[in-house]
Amino acid sequence: MTRRLSIPTPHRRGFLTAAAGLLGVSALGSCDRFAVTPTGRQTLRLGEDANLYVQRLLLTPASLAKEFPDSDISPWFKPNGTIDPQDRDYKALAAKNFSDWRLRIDGLVETPQSFSLADLRALPARTQTTRHDCVEGWSAIGKWTGVPLAEVLKRAGLKPSARYVVFHCADTMEFTEADESENANPGMTARAEGEENQASDSKAAGAEAPDADAPKGTPIRYYESIDLTDAYHPQTILAYDLNGQALPVSNGAPLRLRVERQLGYKQAKYVLRIEVRDTLAGIGEGGGGYWEDRGYEWYAGI
Amino acid sequence: MAAGTALGKGALGKGDVVETMRRRWMFRHPLVIRLAHWINVVCLAILLMSGLQIFNAHPALYWGAASTFDAPFVAITDDQRDDGSARGVTYVAGKSFDTTGWLGLSNYNGEATGRGFPSWATLPAHQDLATGRRWHFLFAWAFVINGLIYLLYGIGTGQLRRRIIPDGDQMRGLGSSIREHLTLHFPEGEEAKRYNVLQKLTYLVVVLGLLPLMLLTGLSMSPGVNAVVPLPDLFGGRQSARTIHFIVTNLLVLFVIVHVLLVLASGVWNNMRSMLTGWYVIERRKLPAGPEEIR
Repeated sequence: MTRRLSIPTPHRRGFLTAAAGLLGVSALGSCDRFAVTPTGRQTLRLGEDANLYVQRLLLTPASLAKEFPDSDISPWFKPNGTIDPQDRDYKALAAKNFSDWRLRIDGLVETPQSFSLADLRALPARTQTTRHDCVEGWSAIGKWTGVPLAEVLKRAGLKPSARYVVFHCADTMEFTEADESENANPGMTARAEGEENQASDSKAAGAEAPDADAPKGTPIRYYESIDLTDAYHPQTILAYDLNGQALPVSNGAPLRLRVERQLGYKQAKYVLRIEVRDTLAGIGEGGGGYWEDRGYEWYAGI
Repeated sequence: MAAGTALGKGALGKGDVVETMRRRWMFRHPLVIRLAHWINVVCLAILLMSGLQIFNAHPALYWGAASTFDAPFVAITDDQRDDGSARGVTYVAGKSFDTTGWLGLSNYNGEATGRGFPSWATLPAHQDLATGRRWHFLFAWAFVINGLIYLLYGIGTGQLRRRIIPDGDQMRGLGSSIREHLTLHFPEGEEAKRYNVLQKLTYLVVVLGLLPLMLLTGLSMSPGVNAVVPLPDLFGGRQSARTIHFIVTNLLVLFVIVHVLLVLASGVWNNMRSMLTGWYVIERRKLPAGPEEIR
């Protein structure tokens, strides 16, 4: 006499198989170890690729970031990252109210240009009241006035091979140690070791009062990049005024980038030089920006 | 002893009801729904933990389009005192709570560390916004694709309607269903073939309300998406959308807790088996003593 099983056999087999699968689910703790392997990093980047693809699909050059009425302007536009560059050259420029400051445009351009602040203010201007979204999660609304980047690029004339516009800034974020130069990717190593790694607005919180001229290694100054689609977007401006006043040092004086459809760290402050390039390789670690080289998305639309 | 196989129209499955000696079985969950359920478990776990990592980068919530830094709706901070001691403080709507050990100040690698949510709740465990965002966005895609497959399948087969729309007689029996839940007595037999009314209403709110709301409030935080669709306007601004995203997260965590408790209370093996193999026991019978046979 066979005593029948309370669970039909095929069901039992299915149950056990599925239970084994569930054990995999419970292995959340191994996520951190997975994330620092090359495969893990590549897998995690899939989401970024999908985000970029969809945004490129949806965002036409004519899609504008929302512009707000002046009544929505935040009483305080939170400065973040570098708020007071300690670089000697920058301090010298600031001391003379940026009268000696020049913006250079070079790289893959027909005619390299150099503009003073007065030159830039004489060019066509655009004013836009927009919301600044920090990658950390907070937002502030400010009224920006500046010259459309397209106007500046038009005067320099792009060469046919131009693909990216790179912004070189005045503020030092950190110094490379001499012995670290052999490390292919110090940012990634630091992350794997669990170091604090938090982007903010456009600048690091970690680089407090660095003196670029002290013998500490090579200074890494802030850098950012956008492609030509964003460079020619009507809301992409080089801003010299915030809320009708000259841009304060804490917000990036004398000139900062506004790329309104992206997060705060793309809005490079203290811009000194604009370099037009055909590739992002050769700038920093090749990710296209200071924070991009430390794990953040190059296309920061989300 | 006779045991027969009866095929009837079940409420959830393809309608297969199988009789064995001691039990009546029902094929309750088709493969697509079982897979979707477990994929969703993985997605929501990773989305929750990476979401808390992202939240920790700025552990405060606001209402409106922009942040009102001097008057947050919620803020989780650590209060360093002059005597060198510290405590975790959580502010909610103007009231402050000591949340030392949990929120604001918690142990990380054996040291009291100022952070919003504790390291055991975040992915990665250490403060790393960039990697947290990568986890979040990758599994947001998995969550959305999985959810779309579930919805298309559920609508196509009529499963969704049977699962989340209460029948007329059920709505009238709402009161008794509440009593059943409070006393932890659950129906057997014919009535167990369909979800009960509270179950259906809860799944209705979660599947068609909370989960889509998570997606919409999540997308509202994207400046890129905002330039295509003015989503934040639906929620009263980007910071409101972020706050709602957080509140709905809490509601989903609450749902999962109640869901798991009720699974435990209403027969953990029967429920687990049905979500793993599809087969659910709708009735158990006492048999007279005697030899048994396979049907």
